[in-house]
Order: sequence, then structure tokens, then C-alpha cells
Amino acid sequence: MSTTDRSRGARVSDAAGAGVTGPAGTLAAEGAENADDRVGTPVRRSRAATFRKSMSNPWASLIAIVIAVLWTIPTAGLLISSIRPEFSVKNTGWWTWFTNPEFTANNYNLVLYGSEGFATVFINTIVITLPAVVIPITLALLAAYAFAWIEFPGRDWIFVGVFALQIVPIQIALIPLLTDYVNWGIAGSFWPVWLSHSIFALPLAVFLLHNFMKDIPRSLIEAAMVDGAGHVKIFFQVLLPVLTPAIAAFAVFQFLWVWNDLLVALIFGSAQNTAPLTVRLANIVGTRGSEWHLLTAGAFISMIVPLVVFIALQRFFVRGLLAGSVKG
Amino acid sequence: MDLLLNANSAGEKFTVMIIAILLFVAVMTIILFAVDRPRNVPGWLAAIAFAGPALLLLIFGLVRPALITIYQAFFDRTGENFVGTDNLAQIFATPDLRQVIYNTFAWTILTPLVATFLGLLYAVLVDKTRFEAVAKALIFLPMAISMVGASIIWRFVYDYRADIGDNTQIGLANQVLVWLGFEPYQFLLQQPWNTVFLIIVFIWIQTGFAMTVLSAAIKAIPDDITEAAKLDGVSGVQLFRFVTVPAIRPALIVVLTTLAIGSLKVFDIVRTMTGGQFGTSIVANEFYTQAFRQGDQGLGAALALILFILVVPIVAYNVRQQRISEEVR
Repeated sequence: MSTTDRSRGARVSDAAGAGVTGPAGTLAAEGAENADDRVGTPVRRSRAATFRKSMSNPWASLIAIVIAVLWTIPTAGLLISSIRPEFSVKNTGWWTWFTNPEFTANNYNLVLYGSEGFATVFINTIVITLPAVVIPITLALLAAYAFAWIEFPGRDWIFVGVFALQIVPIQIALIPLLTDYVNWGIAGSFWPVWLSHSIFALPLAVFLLHNFMKDIPRSLIEAAMVDGAGHVKIFFQVLLPVLTPAIAAFAVFQFLWVWNDLLVALIFGSAQNTAPLTVRLANIVGTRGSEWHLLTAGAFISMIVPLVVFIALQRFFVRGLLAGSVKG
Repeated sequence: MDLLLNANSAGEKFTVMIIAILLFVAVMTIILFAVDRPRNVPGWLAAIAFAGPALLLLIFGLVRPALITIYQAFFDRTGENFVGTDNLAQIFATPDLRQVIYNTFAWTILTPLVATFLGLLYAVLVDKTRFEAVAKALIFLPMAISMVGASIIWRFVYDYRADIGDNTQIGLANQVLVWLGFEPYQFLLQQPWNTVFLIIVFIWIQTGFAMTVLSAAIKAIPDDITEAAKLDGVSGVQLFRFVTVPAIRPALIVVLTTLAIGSLKVFDIVRTMTGGQFGTSIVANEFYTQAFRQGDQGLGAALALILFILVVPIVAYNVRQQRISEEVR
């Protein structure tokens, strides 16, 4: 296998089947996750040894540690600040906490149940996120199946068209969509948010899931056809079980994107009843940008769910990332 | 009906959410059931049932609005009077808006280069070390945080207190300056460097992405290639330059492209950290300001159009590179 071939697993716009589940891709994805397990295997040892010899000098380690520390400190500062009393947060640096540890849940109390009402916007975020993950993934799975396994005229061209839509910045669709929602009388409810997230997720979702689906051996589907199964049956009973890891990969992806989104929420869902965490948080930054005790606690509340999901399902997220890179 | 459009309590909201999901499931079930009933449905009918809903949504929600926006870019602020290319001309003639374009270029060039460089460096440094998994997780973690959250984290790092004698800072960056004997610095106010400090936030988020993809590519390099190079007496930095980098070239291009497109569209960081003031606005943010804050639809649409025009060459380059590497094989 040539070098170019091997690294295909990590390519974005690699149309068709070179996605992550191919032999090279799996190796790449697993490698990122399971590096430790592989160090000892004979195949890898030679290269490992080379790298150890060339890179494991003190300077290399020092640089790696400096980067790791720089990447971690900002978040650590936020977390420590969020449990410090208001007066301390506003008057001394969070690093003084190490010599003078103080704990309070008051910031969280204020943010969740006080005038900021984060308990409510937290619920809004959940209500927005679940359908905005379930609906586009279902639609994309069905469409990906059609592009991968149903013969119909113009299939390849339409698929390229869907793929190309990834390069359209969503900004370009916002004004006309908002006009429609207002005309239909659904502006200010959850529906425009669900609808918009579903639409914007589709190009990438169809593309990625199609790649995963193409990698399923043709014989598996043909066997089912011989048994007299129709498309619906093949989709649900043959493909869906095999695809679960791929679906999980994209679901984590879509979940993080919707949960963390500000633009769509700001334009279609910033009404009192529907505003998610990100919108409220951005508002507080605008109006009370120096209320650090509220901001740090609020930011952490908005981070906690994605962080947990991310840490728990990191494997899948990496798969999704390597299959097609981030949302374009 | 009122409940569906105006849910107030948590219970009502969850009810509406469940209704929405059930409604969706019901519609999809009916469609699939309809094509599955008759034996041997023709291919095109099955295709419509499977791909139809997604295609309809895309045409309605992306293709059509994009065309409308492109059309709107040639009309005035109310969208009624045709003004030709006046909006585009205005963007390039107004110093503030020209600044927006310059900033966008700074984002699109700096972010991919720096994030890719750091990601590659880090991937190589921690490759095969004992702490690889943990070390990578630390860099990767910011990707899970919303850009609004990240902005708050970094506003806190950059926070500035005027020196009123005791010189206590609560922002870490300024405290470090003070410890080193410098004056505290207004990171987010002083042009043009404030744009760079915003870009750093995005680099902080995206380096994990670059690192993950590049690390996977490095691990996929076949051993025989490195073996052969070693037999030829190549090692260390040379091995990296002449073997590793060429081998992961396709992955490098992908990372650079993705990051460039991502930084073109980034909105949340600028919105939350400076609101686009103090000369830090970029096209994606200025679009929001013009279209939704200033009510200038034409100018907003023109900015969206520019965004689109800027993305196209990056994608074209990527497609070209892909074709080249395919020919090589």
C-alpha cells in the first residue's frame, strides 16, 4: 500500500468510500486512541524506537509540557474562579486560591436560580439539542442509503451537489429563512431552531454517513436481497446494526455542534422562551462583562454536559473527525 | 396549537420536544411504509422516499436562501431598490469595512498556519511517549467547549485593571506582565494586536483538531518507509522533514483547508469578546451586525456573498490538490 493510500483515512473531501472504516482509516483512528496498546507490538517497535531516539531529548519534552500547560491553565483558572466568593474573584487573581483556598456554591446558585435563570436556559438547550441531533441524523442516514445502495438516474450528480453544499456558509441562508419563519408565524418558537439545525447539518451528515455506508461489503446487501428483503428491511435490519458506531460518531459531532452553537440560536431562537445557554451567556458578557463570579460559573454550567459527553465518547468523536474533518 | 408555538414551563417544553420527535418519526414511518408495501418498488420511487426529505430540506433551506441572498446583495438596505454593485463597492470604500476584510484575511492565514504547526509539533513530540493519551486529551479538550465559553475563559485571561498603585491583576496574562516588570496591557482594546489576541483563542480551540488528524496520519505511515530511510542513514529532524512531512501531505492540506474555512466563518469569538468593536470585526460578524443589528439587508447580503466568494478558492485548491495526489497514485 502506498503512502498516499495510507493517509487517506484522514482526508476531508475524499469523496466516496475512502472513509474511516477502510483498513487504513481504522488503523489511523485506532492509532490515535490506542497508541499505548500498540507501542509494544513488533510491527511498530522499529518506528517507535526511531522516534524515541530522535525526539525524546529534554528539549522536546520541555516543549510538549509547556504546550500542555498553556492549553490547560486558562480552563483551570475558570473552574477555580467559579468556586471562589465574589469579592475574591473580583479583587485577586485565581492563582492566589492555592495559598488561600476558599469554596462557595453561591455563584452557581445565583446563576442557576437567580435573575440569570440558567436552570431555565439549560432546559432550553436540552430541548433544542435532542431533536436537532435525532432528526438530521435520521434524514441523512436514509439519504445516504439512497446514494449508496439504490440505483436511480442522476444519483452521482445529486450526491456531488449535496457534498458541494458544505462550502456554503450558513450566513448566506439566514436572512431568507428568517423571513419565511416570520411569515409562517413560527418565529420565536423552537421549530425554526430545530428546522435550521437539521438543514445545516445535512450536507456533512449525508456525506460522512454515505462514506461509512459505502464501506459495508456489497455481499451483505446482496445476500439480503436474495432473501427477498426490500430496501426498508435492508436498511433497518442489515445496515443499521452494522452502522451503530458510525452513527454514534456523527451523533457526538452534531451534539457538540448544536449544544455549542451561538449563531443559529441568536437569529432563530433568542426569544425569552427558547434562548439556549450560549445566547444567555453571550448576553451577560455584553451587559455585565465584569461580573466575573457570574460569568465563570455560567460558562462552566454551559461546558459541563459537552465535556462529559466528549470525554465519555471521545473515541467516537475522533472517528467522526477523521472521517470527514469538522463541519465546513 | 398555542402550546406548540409558545411553551413556557419545562414540562411544556419537553412535551413539545417529544411531539416534534414523534411527529417526525410518524411522517418518516408513513413514507417508508408506503414504498415498502408494493413488492419490487421501482428504484426511483424508493430513492425519493429515502433521499427525498433530505433533498427537499436542502433545497428549501440552503440552495434557495443562498440564491435569494446573492440576489439581495445587489439591492439597497430595504431590499426594494436595485443598486447594482454599490454594496460591494461600499464595503471596499469604507475604511471600517475594509478593516473587516483585512482582519478576515489575518484570521484565515494565521489560524491554519499556527494551529497546524503547533498541532503537528505536539503530535510528533508526544508520539509514542508514555503519557500520549493524557497529553493529547489536554490539547483536544477545548474542542468540546463552546466558543462562547472559550471566549469567557480568555476574556478572563486578558482582563485588564488600570494600575492604581497596588497593581493587582485578576487576568493571568497581565499578572505575568506585571511579574516580569512590564506595564499591564489592554489586550482587547489596542489595535491592531487585539485581533491577534482573538485569533489566539481560536488557535487554542483548533490545535486539538489539527493534532488529532495529523497524529493519525503519522501513525499510518508504513514502517518499511521509515526503515528504508534509516538504512540510508536518515534520522532525527531529517527523517521528519524528508519522510514524515511528505507522507502526511494530504492530511496537512486537509487540516489547513478545514481550518481556513472554519476561521472564515468564525463568529462567536469576536461577538462575545469584543462585539466587533475596536477594529476587530470580521466578515462573519459584520454580516450579523449589518443584517440583524443595523437592519441593512443589502449590505449584510453582500458580506455573506463575500464570505462565499472567499471560501470558493480555498475549496478549489483543495480539490486540485486531491486530483494531483490521485494522479500520483
